[in-house]
This record gives sequence, C-alpha cells and structure tokens, in this order.
Amino acid sequence: MLDSKQMITIKGTKDGLTLFIDDHSSFEAILDELSDKLSEYKPKKDEPVVPVTVKLGDRYLNDRQKKQLNELISAKNCFTIHAFDSNVVHRDEALTWKEESEIRVVNRIVRSGQVLEYVGDLLLVGDVNPGGKVITTGNIFIMGNLLGIAHAGVNGDRDAVIAASYMKPNQLRIADYISRAPDYDSEGVYMECGLIDKEQDKIVIDRLQVLSRKRKDISGFERRMLNG
Amino acid sequence: MGEAIVITSGKGGVGKTTTTANIGTALALMEKKVCLIDTDIGLRNLDVIMGLENRIIYDIVDVIEQRCKLKQALIKDKRFDYLSLLPAAQTSDKAAVTKDGMETIVSELKQEYDYIIIDCPAGIEQGFQNAVTGADKAIVITTPEKSSVRDADRIVGLLENESIDPPKLVINRIRNHMMKNGDMLDIDDIIQILSIDLIGIVVDDDEVIKASNNGEPIALQGNSKASIAYRNIARRMLGETVPLQSLEDEKGMFYKVKKFFGMRT
Repeated sequence: MLDSKQMITIKGTKDGLTLFIDDHSSFEAILDELSDKLSEYKPKKDEPVVPVTVKLGDRYLNDRQKKQLNELISAKNCFTIHAFDSNVVHRDEALTWKEESEIRVVNRIVRSGQVLEYVGDLLLVGDVNPGGKVITTGNIFIMGNLLGIAHAGVNGDRDAVIAASYMKPNQLRIADYISRAPDYDSEGVYMECGLIDKEQDKIVIDRLQVLSRKRKDISGFERRMLNG
Repeated sequence: MGEAIVITSGKGGVGKTTTTANIGTALALMEKKVCLIDTDIGLRNLDVIMGLENRIIYDIVDVIEQRCKLKQALIKDKRFDYLSLLPAAQTSDKAAVTKDGMETIVSELKQEYDYIIIDCPAGIEQGFQNAVTGADKAIVITTPEKSSVRDADRIVGLLENESIDPPKLVINRIRNHMMKNGDMLDIDDIIQILSIDLIGIVVDDDEVIKASNNGEPIALQGNSKASIAYRNIARRMLGETVPLQSLEDEKGMFYKVKKFFGMRT
C-alpha cells in the first residue's frame, strides 16, 4: 500500500465526509485500503455519526458491492453512507428511469371492468367510464371524463396528481390515500385535479391552476433524475 | 354470403329477445332471408315470442351433438318463408354448446341466409362467449337506467377483444315523460358514456308485451310506436338514412278540437 497515488481520498465538508474512490483500481484493492484507513481511525466516545458521500467516478457498483462497502464503512458505528455518486448507471436502471419519467399517451376508452395499468405518467385521451380503472406509478392526466377510479402514485408517490377535463369519479386514490364521491348526487367538476393536501392529510380537489404552485416539479424527468 | 349479428346487453330483461324477434321480422318484411338463433340454452324464449313454440322438434344442441342435420332443426316461420328460427335447447346443459359448434352452425347458415341474428343470453360467461363467436357485427341493447348502461359498457369493452366491428346501440324501453323530468338518463347521456353509434330508440310500449304474449312480433303490426321503431332499425341496418323517431305523443286532430272547446283530455 505504498503506491504513490492513493486509491481513496477523503475530504471533509460541512455535510460530512466525501470519499473519492479511484475508478481504475480493483474493487478488492479498494476494500483493503479502506479497511486500513478505517482501522487507523480511533473514534472518541459520544462522537456523532458522520454521513459519508461516496464518489465513485466512472465506476459502476452492483448491489452486492454497495452492500459490502456499506458494511465496511458503517462497521464501527461512527460512519453512515449518505449516498453513492457515480457517473455511470446500469442500462436497466436507466431504462426504468426513462419508463418512469415518460408520459405515455393512450387513446382509448376505459370501460366498466377494464383496468389500464402503467409505469410512469399517463395521458389518457378518452374517458374512464364508471367501473373502469386507471393505475399508474406517476401522475394521471385525462383529456376526457373521469367517471371511474384513478389511482396515481401506486408505489407510494404521495406527490402524484390526478387531473381531468371533467371529473366525477367513483374514487380517487393517490399512493395510500383513498377518497370517494359523496353519497348525495353531485355535479362533476371541469378542469380540476386531485392531490394530497399535507395539512388536511387527505386528497383534495382543486383547480388545475394550483398545480403550478403546489407541484412545481411536475415536469417528470428532472424530478425523478434528482430523486433517484 | 350473409352477415351474422349478435344481439347482446349484459344485463337481463332489457329486451334482447324481443329486439331479436322484431329486427328479424322487420328484415324479413323487407324480403331479406333471415335466420334467428336462440343461444339462451335452458331458458329459451325466442320461440315463444315468435309463436313457434309448438313446432320445435330438434334444437341447437341436437345439431351440435349431431343428432340431426342443421336443416332439420330450422323452423320456418308460419307467416312468411323468409324467416327461420334455430331454437335453443330447454333441457340440455349449457356446456353442450361449444365455440366450435357455434362457429360451424353460423358459417353454414351464412351460405343460405342474408342475416343471421343471434340472441345472446344475459351475463358475460360461456353463453355470451358462444353467442359472440362467429358474429360479424353486434348490437348492444340498453335501457335508460344506470345499471343497464353500466352493463352495456362492460359488454362493449368485452366486444373490443373479439374480432367484431364496433357495436351499434339500441336504447330500449324509453319513457318520454321520465326522461323529460330527468328521472331517467337521457339519450345523449347514454351515448356519451358508451360512445358507440346509435342505431335506434324504442319507446316503452304496452303493445310490445301484448304482441309477445300472442306470439306475434310487434313489427308485424301497423302503426304502434315500437313497431315503427323496430322497422326503422332494420332499415338503418340495410344502409338507409332514417331520422330518429320523435318521442312526443302525436295528439291528433281530435285532441286539438277537444282542447279548443276546453274539454278535459
């Protein structure tokens, strides 16, 4: 371990430590050097846990390798991995990203008993009839009548929204929230959207215009890139 | 080469069988060769409405299980030669009819007849599947009630999966005064939800029940509203452009005179 160039560089920032890992060395060598470095470190008592950001450069780590690194770094209970930062992503991951952030345009009528299920955002040009159902992991936009059930953010995205030209749904569902139509016969609403209101802790229906204020990051791709 | 049309609705009691009988009769009146098929095994009605109940010797299950030839099972209508009926079985099990069997029968009948009209049982199970197999077109019947429109919507959705032209809609049992008061869905609402082409509207007419009980399809009788409505549907099927029937009651000259003299009407 007397190489002139170090494989691991550690920098302190105000947010904790940043670990720069050389992307030309083998993973095993890095693990060795890292455990050496860590063994030099003798924590004082009651020192807070330091978050560590790992910069991987052009290296790709699979889940097993990430786990190994994680175990090593947090072994002594004084570091915790805050994030991995790599310039490369796996093709599958990228494709999933793409899928999740794309708006899919579908032109049909979702009739009673039919279910439309997609990953990402959905733009439906057509109606959802009573008894029909649309489910997406992202947002739902309907150019038409929403009379059935719409479930946005099905994987738990509470920021997802449901918007429709005309809405008189059986139910609106966003992530784990459900709201249903009132028992009395009501008129539907035009050009409105349903979203979760954090203060009231329920789904509210509001004018489409509030989206620009409450969901600024609705433009899919960037939001998801940043959130991972 | 004829055309096979299935008449279906999902919900029961909306008038599939009556519509089948009357559209068939109306087409036959216009000198088309028509064969009606009843696929409601175990609950056959079409023969009763047509007044042909007593003439049944063989039925559709006999044909499928090859106990008789197709020609033997067909019943010629007592009123005119252009109309025949292939009755359903009353005693056999529903499972006796298979998709293959239906397809063979329909394609054989298509050689002989201009229109094959298939009366579908209620529901969306095997009976529905059988009736739809082999059909080229479909007519969906609904009434201006929420439940019946919901079921029609389901049926239209299921028909999308079949290799069949987009179905046409008949709205049956319209009660004008209720529609006007908003107690029933109105025609535009129904079309908006189902978004398929309307091919006819039929008013709720006591004469229909009377005629069915007598085994004489209403389409044979002169000038009741329902009779004209069914004949209009048949004309539209043949490609004629016929305006939709007005739902208003025609009060006639006598009414106007009475009103003029301030008499009670």
